[in-house]
Amino acid sequence: MSTRAESPGPVFGRRDPDARGYFGEFGGRFVPETLVAPIEELTTAYLAARQDATFVDELMGLLRHYVGRPTPLYEARRATAGTDVRLFIKREDLAHTGAHKINNALGQVLLARRMGKRRVVAETGAGQHGVATATACALLGVDCVVYMGADDMVRQALNVFRMRQLGATVQSVDAGTRTLKDAINEAMRDWVANVDTTYYSLGSALGPHPYPLMVREFQSVIGQEARADILVQAGRLPDVAVACVGGGSNAMGLFDAFVDDRSVRLVGVEAGGRAIEPGQHAARFAGGQPGVLHGTRSLLLQDPNGNILPTHSVSAGLDYPSIGPEHAWLASLGRAEYCWIDDDAALEGFGWLARTEGILPALESSHAVAWVQRQLPTLTPGTLVLLNLSGRGDKDVETVRTILEQRETTAGGQS
Amino acid sequence: MSRLAHAFEPTGAPKLVTYVTGGDPDRQRSREVLLALARGGADVIEVGVPFSDPIADGPVNQRASERALAAGGTLATTLDLIEDVRREIEVPIVVFTYVNPVLRLGLEPFVARAAAAGVDGVLLLDIPIEESAGVRAALDAGGLDPIFLISPTTTEARLRTAASLGRGFLYAISRLGVTGTRTAVAASARPLVSRIREVTSLPVALGFGISRPEHVREVVTYADAAVVGSAIVQVIADTAAAGGDVAAAVEALVRWLKSDA
Repeated sequence: MSTRAESPGPVFGRRDPDARGYFGEFGGRFVPETLVAPIEELTTAYLAARQDATFVDELMGLLRHYVGRPTPLYEARRATAGTDVRLFIKREDLAHTGAHKINNALGQVLLARRMGKRRVVAETGAGQHGVATATACALLGVDCVVYMGADDMVRQALNVFRMRQLGATVQSVDAGTRTLKDAINEAMRDWVANVDTTYYSLGSALGPHPYPLMVREFQSVIGQEARADILVQAGRLPDVAVACVGGGSNAMGLFDAFVDDRSVRLVGVEAGGRAIEPGQHAARFAGGQPGVLHGTRSLLLQDPNGNILPTHSVSAGLDYPSIGPEHAWLASLGRAEYCWIDDDAALEGFGWLARTEGILPALESSHAVAWVQRQLPTLTPGTLVLLNLSGRGDKDVETVRTILEQRETTAGGQS
Repeated sequence: MSRLAHAFEPTGAPKLVTYVTGGDPDRQRSREVLLALARGGADVIEVGVPFSDPIADGPVNQRASERALAAGGTLATTLDLIEDVRREIEVPIVVFTYVNPVLRLGLEPFVARAAAAGVDGVLLLDIPIEESAGVRAALDAGGLDPIFLISPTTTEARLRTAASLGRGFLYAISRLGVTGTRTAVAASARPLVSRIREVTSLPVALGFGISRPEHVREVVTYADAAVVGSAIVQVIADTAAAGGDVAAAVEALVRWLKSDA
C-alpha cells in the first residue's frame, strides 16, 4: 500500500465491515440475484485494487495533479468575529468540478477501467456526482450514462449541461418522486441489464457492500488532509467535526479520520426540508425506521406499510430517504450525532458564508454551515470547529435567486 | 404432497406460472383477475406485492405497482386478497415481494398471515441466498416454500446452494435485466435450465420476456413451466384504461398462452 507523508491520501483497510458487508446491524447486500455475482466480482476487484501500489499511485497522482489536492483548510475569521470559536473550513468546493464527489468518481472509474468495463452508469441528485463521473469518464476514455430525476434536471439544469458537454448521456427519470431515489432505481435497472459490460459508479456511501466501504475509503482523503492540516494550523484536534449528510459520503470522508479520536464530536446535518412531517423533509434520524432500500439495511423514511416516503429538501443532494449504513451504525454506537437544518436556515447559512467569507457554499453544504451559524452563540469559548464545505454553490445560484425573488414578491404583496 | 409440488407433476399440457400485482388495478378487479387466472388454467399464480421502489421490475410492472398503491394496496391488503380468493381456488399461490414491506410488517407476523391466507411459497426479490437464513427459518416454521431465483450470472456454487435450500420450484431468469416482455425467448435460457437440471430435481420455471403461446411451447420443451408476467399485466393495464372487462381479458389471454395457437 502506497502512502506519501507530504500529502496524506485516502486510507484503505482501516475499518472494514464484516465479510457480509455489515457495520453492526446495518449494511449487507440486498440485491436481485443477477447482481450477486457481479457484486462479488466488484468486491474482489476493489479489495485487490486498494492493495495494489500501481492503482493507488495512479489515483494519488490524479488527486494531486488533476483534482488539485490537497484542498485548503481555511480559517474563517470574519464568520466567527465576536466569538471565541475558531472555525476551520475544509475547502472541498475548490476541488476540480466543484465538490468532493470527484474523489470517489475518479477512484471508481479507475476501478471500472481496471475491471475492463467500457461503460459506466451513475445516478445523480444535485448533479455533482454526475458531473464528477462524466469528468472521470472523459479523462479515462470510458462511455458514461447518468440517470437523473426529472425534477432534479430542472433545478440543476446547469449541471445537466455540464455533463452533456463532458460527453455523457443524461437520462431523465420520470418515475416515482423524480429525484435521487428514482435515479438510483433506474441506474440499478440499467446495471442489471448490462452487467457484462457496465460498471455502476455509485455516488454516495450507500448501496450494497462493497459500495459503502469503497466510497468512504475514496473520500477518506478529506479527513486525512483536514486532520493533518488542523494539527499544523491549530496545533490540536478539533472539538467538533461537522458535515452535511445526504447519503453521507462527504461526512464519512471527514469522520473517518476522527472516529478513533474520542474527543472529537462528530456531527452530521440532515435536511429538515419544510417541516418534520412525512414527505416534507429528508432527516432520517427524525422518524426513520430500519429497513432495506437500494441494497443496504439502514434507516429509512417509510410509511407503516414499508413503502418509501417521498422526501423534500431545497438541496437535491440531500433529498434522499435513506442514509449510508455506516452512519446508522455510528449513531447506534453513540459515536456520531445527527441533527437537521431546515430549508430556510440553510438559505440563511448560504447568505451568511457568502457575506462574511466570500464563499458561496452548495445548498447541501449550507446545511452544515447553518448548523455552525446557529451553534456559534452556544459553543464553549475556545471551541475548535472543523466544517467540511463539500461543494461550491455556483450550481445553486438560480435556485436561491428564484426563492429569494418569490419571497420579495410575497412580502411585497402583503405590505 | 404440497400444492406446489402437485402443480408441477407432468400432465402432458404445458405448465404456466402467471404473475400479476396484487390490487392492480384495484382490490375488486384484482380479485376477479386472480379467479380468472385460475379459470384460464394457470398452474401457479404469483401475486406481486405493490412497492414504491421496484428496482428489479421494468416499466410495465412498475406502473402496476403504482396503480395498486394508488388504489390503497399494501402487503396486508394483498394477503387479505389472497385469503379471500383462496376460498374459491386451489391453484398454488406464491407471494412475490421486495423485502422492505415484509420487514416493516415483521417476518414472523408476515409468515403467520401468509400461511393463514393460504399462501404456498414466497419469493423475496432482493434477498439473495446469503441474506436468507432468517427468512428461511421463518418460512419453514410457517410451512411455506422459499422460492429462489437463478440467473445466467449465478455461479455454480451458488446454484447448488439455492437448489439445496429452495423448495417448490426454482425460478430461472432467462436473461439479464428487469422484468418485461420480449419478442423472443433469450438464447441464454436453455443452457441455464440445463445447468440447473444437472444439480437438482426441483422443478424449474423459466421467466422474463415470455409473452406468447409459441414462447410457452418452446420453453416447456426444456423447462417444467413458463412464467408470464408483464404480458398479463399489460393486458390488465390496457383493458382497465379502455374500461373493458379485465377479468375476461385475462382469462382469454391465459387460455391463449396455453393453447396451440
